[in-house]
Amino acid sequence: MKQTIADKIFEKHLRNEPFPGSFVLDIDVVMCHEITTPTAILDLVARGKDRVFDPTKIKAVIDHVTPSKDSKTAAQAKVLRDWARRNEIKDFFDVGRNGVCHAIFPEKGFIRPGYTVIMGDSHTCTHGAFGAFSAGVGTTDLEVGILKGVCAFRKPATIKININGKLRKGVYAKDLILHIISVLTVNGATDHVVEFHGEQITEMTMESRMTLSNMAVEMGATTGICMPDEVTLDFLWEFVKEDYNNDKEAALADFKSWHSDDDAVYAKVVEIDADALVPVATFGYKPDQVKTMDELSGQRVDQVYLGSCTNGRLEDLAVAASILDGKKIADTVRLIVSPATPDIYSKALEAGYIKIFMDAGACLTNPTCGACLGMSNGVLAEGEICASTTNRNFNGRMGKGGMVHLMSPASAAATAINGKITDPREYL
Amino acid sequence: MRKFEGKVLFLDRSDINTDEIIPAKYLTEIEKSALGPHLLEDLNLEGFSTDSDEFKQSSVAITRANFGCGSSREHAPWAFAECGYHTIIASGFARIFRQNMFNGGLLAIELTEADIEKIFNKYSSCQDVTVAVDMDSSTLTVSADDQKSTFEFVISGFDRALVEAGGWLEYADENYD
Repeated sequence: MKQTIADKIFEKHLRNEPFPGSFVLDIDVVMCHEITTPTAILDLVARGKDRVFDPTKIKAVIDHVTPSKDSKTAAQAKVLRDWARRNEIKDFFDVGRNGVCHAIFPEKGFIRPGYTVIMGDSHTCTHGAFGAFSAGVGTTDLEVGILKGVCAFRKPATIKININGKLRKGVYAKDLILHIISVLTVNGATDHVVEFHGEQITEMTMESRMTLSNMAVEMGATTGICMPDEVTLDFLWEFVKEDYNNDKEAALADFKSWHSDDDAVYAKVVEIDADALVPVATFGYKPDQVKTMDELSGQRVDQVYLGSCTNGRLEDLAVAASILDGKKIADTVRLIVSPATPDIYSKALEAGYIKIFMDAGACLTNPTCGACLGMSNGVLAEGEICASTTNRNFNGRMGKGGMVHLMSPASAAATAINGKITDPREYL
Repeated sequence: MRKFEGKVLFLDRSDINTDEIIPAKYLTEIEKSALGPHLLEDLNLEGFSTDSDEFKQSSVAITRANFGCGSSREHAPWAFAECGYHTIIASGFARIFRQNMFNGGLLAIELTEADIEKIFNKYSSCQDVTVAVDMDSSTLTVSADDQKSTFEFVISGFDRALVEAGGWLEYADENYD
């Protein structure tokens, strides 16, 4: 007893504690993309250690710049592709079958409650939505993970975030997490795990939970965890039912065994009043600089971006489509929509969302991370402003000299229609 | 073990992020050597210039809170290392950046905000400020002209072992199958 979910996961995965407070854990899933992995691969080759600890526990995708835009990105993709083939990594997602890592890997059922997950990508915290300890790491951690299946972490102190009450109409998981970050600040959870609790969370879809967990790193957190429950199980059922002999109750009991104990020890408990929240967006160059959409209303934007590991999933496209249905975006803006995976794209096509976006004047891109970090498919020019459903608004993030307002898909859609920041409740 | 001492670059701002340290457009480089010329090129900070002698000749950076926040890109510490920097001293680091430093055998030293404030007040306008780190006593000494100040710091046994081994890969090779 007295354990948080992170304590339980650490205990279950502990390889050893080489020094007090430093824990080396066995890793269940090592995820790789073409930006941070190739340097690790080439280093392993140079060291004569071109091997992987377990090809079934390694997942790889080309997602940051895809299809490749130039010789350098083509070379990065090739290093990853050749390595995956050479090492018999079956779960490798190449052009056409590829999507944004933090959308496609959970979609394939790779993440389970109680897992340890690492990736050379800071938004790996997304998978905490499944009750996993999932953390972004650098290339060296990734390299050791690929080779030995271990990673070192400090003992995780946990901050408990209680969401009290319910979100009102027009207010979404994105608004909630931006508000939480503004309360905790950009380093308020550094070296901590955060847990999201409350009735609003238990009623949330996995997609919304992923939006929440995705931005935990923006307050410095190692990961952001939602307790695995019926919603988690429904999402994962087709992937796990054989493990539980089709016994859903047994599976649920197992999922819930990971829950933090009632008497778990927290570093801090933060109370958030969901009822009081309104749609928000960031206004500066840090994710904790948050104002209401109403306060920002009327500010100019040049581009609107709907996509990313934060908000490029089907429910995000659905809410944006419901607002854009039958409408045109303003002449002064361009709207770029990037469904986060081929499956999401396909379902959005079937549901008619893609047609709505195209009729509204949007540009549809293939699934990719490109625009979010200013690498491809929607880079801003100097002085341009983007209303974006992504997760980072650093100075120049989407292009040198460009500025980003982070907001929900609903807010982005309303903003696209008016060509200036617009509270989405005007359209609901 | 290598010596951690050298001239100091002051970066007087909190929350300097990995996009400012090395912009994402250079993440298409596979070779670390290609990153050096772009270190801190997008950093907007009054008085800072990548053309200055202070930037070019230093091997230690002293900064404030939440240094290296944002992306997990190890390209950030690699870019510092390519430019000869081996030590960054701050009142706080983002977790991934800090671990990336130690994983590469580099030093990320956390001092209290009060100590960082003292260093900035006393030394940031001096010429030729140097820092010497004494790993045995876990102290660092800041010097300029005839002034000298020594500060204690805490480094975990694990991070110290990584620095002594030359990095996490080297340490893991010795200790894990």
